[in-house]
Amino acid sequence: MAGLHKSEFTNPVIRWVDTRMPVFTMMQKEYGSFPTPRNFNYFWNFGALAMVNLMIMIITGIFLAMNYAPNTAMAFDSVQRIMRDVNYGWLLRYVHQNGASMFFIVVYIHIFRGLYYGSYKYPRELLWMIGVVLLILMMATAFMGYVLPWGQMSYWGATVITNLFSAFPIVGDPIVTWLWGGFSVDNPTLNRFFSLHYLLPFVLVGVTFLHVVALHITGSNNPLGIDVKSPQDTLPFHPYYTIKDSVGICVYLMVFAALVFFAPNFLGDPNNFIPANPLQTPADIVPEWYFLPFYAILRSVPNKLGGVCMMFGSLLVLFVLPWLDTSKVRSARFRPLYRPFIFVLVVSVVILGMVGAHRPEGIWVVLGRVCTAYYFLHFLVLLPIIGKFERPLPLPESISKPVLGGGGGPLPAGAAAKPMEKA
Amino acid sequence: MADSSVTSPAFPGASGHAGHDAGKRDFLKLVTAAGAAIGVGAIAWPLIDSMNPSADVLALSSVEVDLTPVVEGQGITVVWRGKPIFVRHRTPAEIKEAQDVKMSDLIEPQPDSARVKAGHDQWIVLIGICTHLGCIPLGNKPTDPRGEWGGWFCPCHGSQYDTSGRVRHGPAPLNLNVPPYAFMSDTRVKIG
Ligand code: HEM
Ligand code: FES
Repeated sequence: MAGLHKSEFTNPVIRWVDTRMPVFTMMQKEYGSFPTPRNFNYFWNFGALAMVNLMIMIITGIFLAMNYAPNTAMAFDSVQRIMRDVNYGWLLRYVHQNGASMFFIVVYIHIFRGLYYGSYKYPRELLWMIGVVLLILMMATAFMGYVLPWGQMSYWGATVITNLFSAFPIVGDPIVTWLWGGFSVDNPTLNRFFSLHYLLPFVLVGVTFLHVVALHITGSNNPLGIDVKSPQDTLPFHPYYTIKDSVGICVYLMVFAALVFFAPNFLGDPNNFIPANPLQTPADIVPEWYFLPFYAILRSVPNKLGGVCMMFGSLLVLFVLPWLDTSKVRSARFRPLYRPFIFVLVVSVVILGMVGAHRPEGIWVVLGRVCTAYYFLHFLVLLPIIGKFERPLPLPESISKPVLGGGGGPLPAGAAAKPMEKA
Repeated sequence: MADSSVTSPAFPGASGHAGHDAGKRDFLKLVTAAGAAIGVGAIAWPLIDSMNPSADVLALSSVEVDLTPVVEGQGITVVWRGKPIFVRHRTPAEIKEAQDVKMSDLIEPQPDSARVKAGHDQWIVLIGICTHLGCIPLGNKPTDPRGEWGGWFCPCHGSQYDTSGRVRHGPAPLNLNVPPYAFMSDTRVKIG
């Protein structure tokens, strides 16, 4: 009969399954023989690390949820019980809590990689946009997770962030009431945040799948930013990159373990050791470190609606990045004019992070405004202009040439004339 | 799908009536799509609305507050619908300050008289939630920082309110809200 898949596997059990449901063929194609540029550096580890991190969050989260009580009267105490009484509860919680920080470190580096090597450009625009969706989903998940332990910073963070929506005229207040399920952050809010905090990681899994589907159509970018031209330019994913990724995973786990076992509260806020009190606002409301740059943008604008729009805008601008950058050359290695500015962007985002951690007074107000201005200037003004005026350096002829061809380094301009035409 | 079937061999001779049938099919497609849209909406709405405040949350609880222990210059905080309510006993100087301010100096201009009950000028009752992003401003206790205008000071992003609860310094865009309330007697007030 027609309909059976022709499997190349010889093991009879695998073959029997594979002819009926070719998942083994698919895995072999996408993760075994998958042709991958041969010149990856360690920046290309961070996608795999993000996947590992997501799995760690889901596994620890599911076991935490077995002992967590999503009720305002019990939530704080149930988390303390996890820490003191539940077997290895402290480990589950510290891994989950610091895992969120590790996740953002990994993803921010992953995004920087994309910015530096131009991975958002043709033909990977959609892949990049799906990535931005992943970032936003992750932020929503982490925000709602942080509310669950129901400490002071959980409560007031939730209050301040949900109130952002009240900035919108007319629809604002009904939206906030709807988000809360009441007239303040309260038990209905905690319940729904728990429900959504459980759901969204699985949505992340689904969207990550789409991210990989898109990746495996276009193939990976690489540090040179030039296209793969022949099989010589690639290596099979396994064993070359499974091994390279494993090295990265070991280092990542060492950093992770150092955080969990030696400084588990280093990145946390002491206020979250105090149970939520709806009648007393802590002296300073500070979000988790990974939200600080965005919080700083919010506070840099002296107008409520303006601040909220700029904050959301700072994420949304990433969606249109592929069309804002007018240069056809991907890797910043060959973009002498663009290269310094990407570092200025990184510095200003780091400064914004520091601004977000301080009271909006004195020098911090000025720094916040300057760096917010630069952030938007970079994407909306500099990127379109630089691409028009920049003279890119000569691109190498192929990925394999510098590696296999003996010479190393880019070839003379004449040899690279073709990719240069557009520039 | 439907369009291609018009010319498909499965309907020999149907092409003669194609225009006629196509019109009918378009109509059927529209009706089906509209029906599906209404159906989806009808299913989605209960889900969305289930997230709005439930009947028990809505049940308009009201609280009565005895004002006798609140001395001049002092304020108390009571809870109504899960929100902090500020009740402050203003000094004559504070009342005068609140009444004398020029409307043009205000971010959301409102006379003091519109924010208190006539004959009870010394009492100001406010929802104690900063109109910026919802923190609880400091200033009810005489020992709290009250900001430059002697009312309330929000520690979160530095908004300041005067002795009538009107915003005088951003980022808050609006005055502190006045909840619905009524005096039962000179020393008792019912909020809600
Ligand atoms: C994208 C993946 C996830 C992220 C970024 C994330 C993030 C967070 C964060 C930041 C916290 C607060 C940690 C603290 O201060 O205690 C938290 C708590 C929690 N999360 Fe997750 N989470 C993720 C996945 C999950 C999953 C899949 C579950 C499973 C149901 C889960 C269940 C919980 C529970 C029960 C808590 C409260 C206990 C606690 O505070 O440690 N999480 N999460
Ligand atoms: S919440 Fe009061 S100033 Fe922002």
